[in-house]
Amino acid sequence: MEDFEPVIVAFVCNWCTYTAADLAGTSRLSYPKNIRLIRVMCTGMVDPQYVIKALLEGADGVLVSGCHPGDCHYINGNYKARRRIKLLKTILPQIGFEQERLKLTWIGASDGIRFAEIMRELVDQLTEIGQSQAKLKMVI
Amino acid sequence: MASNLKIDVQDKDLLVTLREFFRLILEQEDISAIFVSQRLPMKNTIMPALVTDSKTLDRTDPLAPAFPINGAKLLSRLTRKSSGEKIAAVLRPCEIRAFTELLKLKQGKTDDLIIIGIDCLGAFRNTDYFRFVEKNPERSTELFIDSVLSGKGTTAGGIDLAPACKACEFPIAPNNADISIGLIGIDVKNQVLIEARTSAGEEICKKLNLSETKKTAERKTAVDNLVAQRIEYRDKMFAETRDTVDNLEKLTAYLAGCINCYNCRVACPVCYCKECVFVTDVFYHEPSQYLHWAKRKGILKMPSDTLFYHITRLAHSSMACVGCGQCSNACPNEISVMELFRTVAEKTQSAFGYEAGRSLDEPPPLSVFEKDEFLEVAQT
Repeated sequence: MEDFEPVIVAFVCNWCTYTAADLAGTSRLSYPKNIRLIRVMCTGMVDPQYVIKALLEGADGVLVSGCHPGDCHYINGNYKARRRIKLLKTILPQIGFEQERLKLTWIGASDGIRFAEIMRELVDQLTEIGQSQAKLKMVI
Repeated sequence: MASNLKIDVQDKDLLVTLREFFRLILEQEDISAIFVSQRLPMKNTIMPALVTDSKTLDRTDPLAPAFPINGAKLLSRLTRKSSGEKIAAVLRPCEIRAFTELLKLKQGKTDDLIIIGIDCLGAFRNTDYFRFVEKNPERSTELFIDSVLSGKGTTAGGIDLAPACKACEFPIAPNNADISIGLIGIDVKNQVLIEARTSAGEEICKKLNLSETKKTAERKTAVDNLVAQRIEYRDKMFAETRDTVDNLEKLTAYLAGCINCYNCRVACPVCYCKECVFVTDVFYHEPSQYLHWAKRKGILKMPSDTLFYHITRLAHSSMACVGCGQCSNACPNEISVMELFRTVAEKTQSAFGYEAGRSLDEPPPLSVFEKDEFLEVAQT
């Protein structure tokens, strides 16, 4: 499908990745418009449920992104997030979601350039693997 | 440190012997009540009960192939605060393992509790059990025990164990039981093995003046064989279930009968939230929202959010799943919930090197973290 534009839901932490996205914007960097940013106070508050809902609603990919390990504004929220993503990455492939559809990254507040790069990479990867099964099939 | 003791079986009657053992425990000065499965006086069915009057112990029936509810949740109600009195609880291994998970979440205490584990001979599905007692109104438990312990198999009266029991590799009480009652691989016409596993267990057994015995090679062989058989069934179940749910379309078919009654959540001993998000008004969507969803694909199955519910529960509780099978038991539409849960849980638990119910010293994986772990999960 040539005109396939993946939809990506990104849960980004207020202190690092959201700030990086802001920086990318104010620096006039361009990145794909496929990303729907949802600002959360910390990746540690992203319940696995949020990711599951997004994927079942037909998001082609979900990104969770926060501060680098050791830099969490709440000391250790990102370590907790990492365990939850590990859990989801164990469950989701068992029901047919490709590993690539869920990504965890650490993007610091000053990494505007890196933010734009990662968004481009993510869109390329998801464009390649195609539409999510949740979009194509009836989900009860 | 465990001591191996025995009680002699009176008149070759195992049930009567066990009842007498429970009576002796209940009559100990510091024990106010015993929590144990009872055959109800008003109907030929089994439910756990809190017994304070030893005369009513003649209806105690811990080996009936009935498992209407996992006692861990009930025990959590009995122990969440101190009552000032001590109780003993007779539990199946999966009940103890589920209670261990609740203890980790501080939803129960062992301060005033003596846990008595009993070798589990398995149980039928609820509906099968009702058929079984209807056919065998008298001495149904005896029929079942004889059939299992004499090696004739678990199919008593043409009815077989629930799939959860057939796949259960933990027929023996876990190590945190204070006392463990051994039946498998024991000559139960003559004696029952009593293991005192903790100092509290030792103390009680000392007062009962039980004679010592040795664990025999027969017991070890019998238990090992049973576990091997169960593991074989389990692994076959894992493989079959994996094939049945390995994409969203198949999982949708697997759960097609679900009416979002959430019985599986209520029956689950380790679904630990005090208030589940699925019964809050978070999912009472705006009527316009349902129409919007319906228009997207031309159809919306109602009630909606069925898959969302089950996958969320897998994420929230599969780590603590002990495989007791109450979810399947509680399903009004015969969805094989246990098979799905255990299959997914096998991977989630092993991803964290965790085994639900194994030890109180292992914290629930999502309650802790290490700084240098799972580095491959995050892209750098």
